[in-house]
Amino acid sequence: MKKGLIGRKVGMTQVFAEDGTRIPVTVIEAAPNIVVSLRTNEKDGYAAVQLGFGEAKEKHLGKPRLGHLKKAGVDMVRHLREIRLSENELEGVEVGARVGVDIFEPGMKVDATATTKGKGFQGVMKRHGMRGMRATHGTHESRRNPGSIGMCATPGRTLKNKRLPGHMGCRRVTTQNLKVVEVDPENNTLLIKGTIPGSRGSLVLIRSAVKAQVKKAA
Amino acid sequence: MRQKAIERIEKRHVRKDIPVLKPGDTVRVHSRIIEGDKERIQVFEGVVLRINGGSHRATFTVRKVSYGIGVERIFPLHSPRIHKVEVMRSGRVRRARLYYLRDRTGKAARLRATAVGDRTRAEVEEEELGAEQIPEEPKDAAETEAGKG
Repeated sequence: MKKGLIGRKVGMTQVFAEDGTRIPVTVIEAAPNIVVSLRTNEKDGYAAVQLGFGEAKEKHLGKPRLGHLKKAGVDMVRHLREIRLSENELEGVEVGARVGVDIFEPGMKVDATATTKGKGFQGVMKRHGMRGMRATHGTHESRRNPGSIGMCATPGRTLKNKRLPGHMGCRRVTTQNLKVVEVDPENNTLLIKGTIPGSRGSLVLIRSAVKAQVKKAA
Repeated sequence: MRQKAIERIEKRHVRKDIPVLKPGDTVRVHSRIIEGDKERIQVFEGVVLRINGGSHRATFTVRKVSYGIGVERIFPLHSPRIHKVEVMRSGRVRRARLYYLRDRTGKAARLRATAVGDRTRAEVEEEELGAEQIPEEPKDAAETEAGKG
């Protein structure tokens, strides 16, 4: 069963495991999501649930959104995201239902999707991890440069997809196979081991891991 | 909002049964060592050089001289691996980081003793709560507390 939830990144801290090891965790806060609508194969060509998250006032939402929410008869929500499911997983899911953090349990593997922090226009060393030029031996005004970006008269141009300076960050990134450390339905929080893209307070989509490791029989 | 959620999580991990340590304290740290499926307790006795960090993240460094070799160990203060911490002596020190002890041996490395401050965090918090409830003479309460430590 695939599962998904929209939440907010609260920040990071660490917790002690029972054996005393410290686990770095990202805290995700996710008030119950509302199922706003269903996508079905017959109607839409694919199966998914549309979840809504974040309280909103009516005056803050546009008319298309208001119409959509009112048709569903659910509370006003600020964010909508779809979670792809298989057709038979849609059974029993109803519009208006609430989905909370308790769909996850400790030990589960999840993927976290969010927009990374924007870094602005960055050079090749930061953006692509290139090594730059050497610091001594006569290097002149080119210590963080990419070096050669192509050949000579053949082909006479720089190849497409050559890694060059440019805008970095502020893109959608998924971190896969993170372990759920703790689920607290009372406070609507999830503790997930490791780092998750985005700044504090940014929207995070938590879904069950697509590449969850299955133990191979030896 | 965000601070609250994190504080709540961190607070849960703070151990209140451990004495409030100060640099200059001579302590016996009983730590649980897990070897395979066996568990035993190892005692490390020495002087607290420093307390680092706060909340449940805090660690403390203990220094002892073992067979003529200085040994320092850093323990996470709130780790479940710590069985207990005994405060044997408290020393009068004038700084928060006692790195100067590393350069001293024998008699020079002694610290003048003060009253032993071995109250646990739970006890200190209780007292602070009591002091808050009596708004008269809050200064006196603070003074006596400082004198004790």
